Amino acid sequence: MPSFVMTEKCDGCKGQDKTACMYICPHDLMILDKERMKAFNQEPEQCWECYNCVKICPQQAIEVRAYADFAPLGASVIPMRSTDSIMWTIKFRNGALKRFKFPINLRPDGVSDPYEGLPEPNFDDIKSSKLFTQA
Amino acid sequence: MEQEKNEFRFTEKPEVEEVNCDILIIGGGMSGAGAAFEACRWATPKNLKVVMADKAAVERSGAVAQGLSAINTYIGENDIDDYVRYVRADLMGIIREDLVKDLGRMVDDSVHLFEQWGLPIWKKDDEGHSMDGFQARDSGKALLKDGGTPVRSGKWQIMINGESYKAIVGDVAKKSLEYNAQATGQEQNLYERVFCTRLLMDANEPNRIAGAIGFSTRENKVYVFKANAVINGSGGAVNVFRPRSVGEGLGRAWFPVWNSGSGYAMGIQAGAELTLMENRFVPMRFKDGYGPVGAWFLFFKAKATNAIGEDYCDTHADEIHEQFAPYDEPMGTALRNHAAMVDMKAGLGPIMMHTDKAMQALEESMDAKQIKHLEAEAWEDFLDMTIAQAGLWAANDVEPNKVPSELMPSEPYLLGSHAGCAGFWVSGPGDIEGTPDEWSWGYNRMSTVNGLFMSGDVVGASGHKFSSGSHAEGRIAGKMAVAWCLDHEGYSPAISESIDELVAEIYAPMELYAKYKSYTTAPENVDINPNYIRPRMLQFRLMKIMDEYVGGVSTWYTTSATLLAEGLKKLEVLKEDSARMAASDLHELLRCWENYHRIWAAEAHARHINFREESRYPGYYYRGDFPGIDDANWKCFTNSRWTQEGGWEHKKVPYVELVPAPTPA
Ligand SMILES: Cc1cc2nc3c(=O)[nH]c(=O)nc-3n(C[C@H](O)[C@H](O)[C@H](O)COP(=O)(O)OP(=O)(O)OC[C@H]3O[C@@H](n4cnc5c(N)ncnc54)[C@H](O)[C@@H]3O)c2cc1C
Ligand SMILES: Nc1ncnc2c1ncn2[C@@H]1O[C@H](COP(=O)(O)OS(=O)(=O)O)[C@@H](O)[C@H]1O
Ligand code: SF4
Repeated sequence: MPSFVMTEKCDGCKGQDKTACMYICPHDLMILDKERMKAFNQEPEQCWECYNCVKICPQQAIEVRAYADFAPLGASVIPMRSTDSIMWTIKFRNGALKRFKFPINLRPDGVSDPYEGLPEPNFDDIKSSKLFTQA
Repeated sequence: MEQEKNEFRFTEKPEVEEVNCDILIIGGGMSGAGAAFEACRWATPKNLKVVMADKAAVERSGAVAQGLSAINTYIGENDIDDYVRYVRADLMGIIREDLVKDLGRMVDDSVHLFEQWGLPIWKKDDEGHSMDGFQARDSGKALLKDGGTPVRSGKWQIMINGESYKAIVGDVAKKSLEYNAQATGQEQNLYERVFCTRLLMDANEPNRIAGAIGFSTRENKVYVFKANAVINGSGGAVNVFRPRSVGEGLGRAWFPVWNSGSGYAMGIQAGAELTLMENRFVPMRFKDGYGPVGAWFLFFKAKATNAIGEDYCDTHADEIHEQFAPYDEPMGTALRNHAAMVDMKAGLGPIMMHTDKAMQALEESMDAKQIKHLEAEAWEDFLDMTIAQAGLWAANDVEPNKVPSELMPSEPYLLGSHAGCAGFWVSGPGDIEGTPDEWSWGYNRMSTVNGLFMSGDVVGASGHKFSSGSHAEGRIAGKMAVAWCLDHEGYSPAISESIDELVAEIYAPMELYAKYKSYTTAPENVDINPNYIRPRMLQFRLMKIMDEYVGGVSTWYTTSATLLAEGLKKLEVLKEDSARMAASDLHELLRCWENYHRIWAAEAHARHINFREESRYPGYYYRGDFPGIDDANWKCFTNSRWTQEGGWEHKKVPYVELVPAPTPA
């Protein structure tokens, strides 16, 4: 309901102070039931189906069941995100399957120095209409 | 109803941490990320401390949290003046052309950086077919900054593989903040999961910012940020109006459900002047999933028609010309909505997007491999930014190359960076020819409150910035906030209000809940209690008022002076009742404050619609009592300001054209 967590797969991100899904959800929806060590979506009707919890879950324990107030049951959209690309598996209600793979990042190791190779700021320009890179 | 003061008799007082900095950035979305990148570069050699607070995790926060499939503002080979003309036409003739032109000369710089930071951008191959970011790299296509040719969907839009757009841009923002923290000796300067509730004003200097206050949604802690300059980049407002969905689909608004109008509310309460707050955005989208239409119209060249196969923009062109000329040339977003709505109201729905015909036409000149690539492109548009729409296609067994899909205009949203322009009145760059002197007061993108800067969705009268323009605008604000700090060295913030009282106010919903929760026998999940209102119900009340009185979907976006008067009365009472919101935990406290902010954004919107006695934006909203566009009286900005003492004041500000229409050939 929108995102849901599968009981068998979720391990509550053992050993971490918060779960990966709690860390990422932009709307603070994912929460850990500490007794069961299972995460869940505490407010399904506030879920944007942004899939960030799905993509980040190290156990692949989270999926999305489309909004039941308008979507028929039985389909699924499942991502597998690596550091440079994402693979989607789409299952139709009628059982048909489609797979797509897209690039997501040309620099999967990230940018180490944000200002590498860029000019120093020139304080003579501080009030001008130029960004530091345009000096 | 009687007000209660929180004296922390039933709950514990949170810890209060004071954070001292020079520049505080509220919101690490596209504009906040831009602000951090630029501000840290200028601030660090001057030993100025930059701090960012965000209610979420910057890696995936704001409107781009899910990713995007296009960058909608890239000037490239085009003329910046044409960009200004395009934005002006789309926003029915009234924009701040100085701001838009200024943005036009900055925006490509941000796009070039995105690509260098790793964002995959589609390129054209030698036959003019599109290649994704990997194919382009592997075949040695040049980067945009080195003259590479992007795949344009429209004149201003370029296609990207943007699933990780926000992660990439956010990562650089975080590294910029780290760079500043290390050099200036701050242990921490990124505060995630901190929801800012109010801006703080200086005790000694009138109309001067001194910081902001917010609370952690993870632990019992309140942060008091003291700053010389504040940049407000906290986004627009959604679920202010009743959405079309009736159940759990409430979360599937087009606009990200977490942007709750904080930027508007905090700025208004600080006394910053608003402009064009009557404007709104009603996107025509794939029905229910709210999948974007831009790529379908512009890139795949699909047509949308009414139930009898008519292209509503064509069939209504003449009557729209008669009613709304010269604003129908070209027909912008609002008027295209209007054309569809005319048919929908006449029972000529459903409106269909003919994805099938468009794809079949494209397939005609393609080989099997290219057809596969086309299918992937069609799905990627949704998978990159509105996955729910892909899910809805799958749930309905829709293959876009075989059947069309229904379109529907959404509920209204308040924003200033997409095809809307509701927001604050800010200082312009001051160096664009013909700009009235009053439009710039020294610091580009500073609001009418000294030291308070605005960026992205909360800047008014300058829409169509989109993700790239919001980033660039954040950078402008970031730079100018540094200039402000350098000019105001030695400033020491003194907070005008009592911190104890502000902390008590933030936690009041927790106290009310603790005090009264046992009053009835109802268990937590069926809570009915005469002593308080839970934020969820308060939000329903707000959405219903806005929908029925302020031109939501149930009245086909129509309102009038009498309806607004009634709606505003109800909003006043709702505001009173908002002091009786109850929260059982920090998560619900977050919801309380989001909704408190929504009410302020909503009220400003309603008051502005009331002030502007014409229907400037047909297709976004209609004044039933003033149906036409009235250029003689209303081709102007409508500005307002709220103060504790004086309430709301409205005024007209003359519009000035800076970029003339092109001379006909
Ligand atoms: C569905 C959708 C699709 C779009 N598609 C495209 C597209 O294809 N191409 C394109 O170029 N543009 C697109 N845009 C536009 C683009 O996303 C926006 O222009 C841009 O994100 C606006 O930037 P911003 O910084 O103002 O707001 P956001 O990026 O929304 O950032 C706001 C930030 O403020 C934080 N925040 C909010 N309230 C608080 C608070 N009280 N305290 C602390 N932090 C807070 C949020 O967590 C968030 O990080 C799209 C927008 C939407 C909604
Ligand atoms: N029919 C149309 N004609 C011209 N431009 C359009 C049309 N539909 C959308 N656009 C433009 O295409 C871009 C992307 O638009 P959308 O898909 O509508 O928005 S998105 O932000 O959700 O992706 C915007 O710049 C928008 O103005
Ligand atoms: S899909 Fe997005 S909004 Fe929904 S719970 Fe997951 S992260 Fe949160």
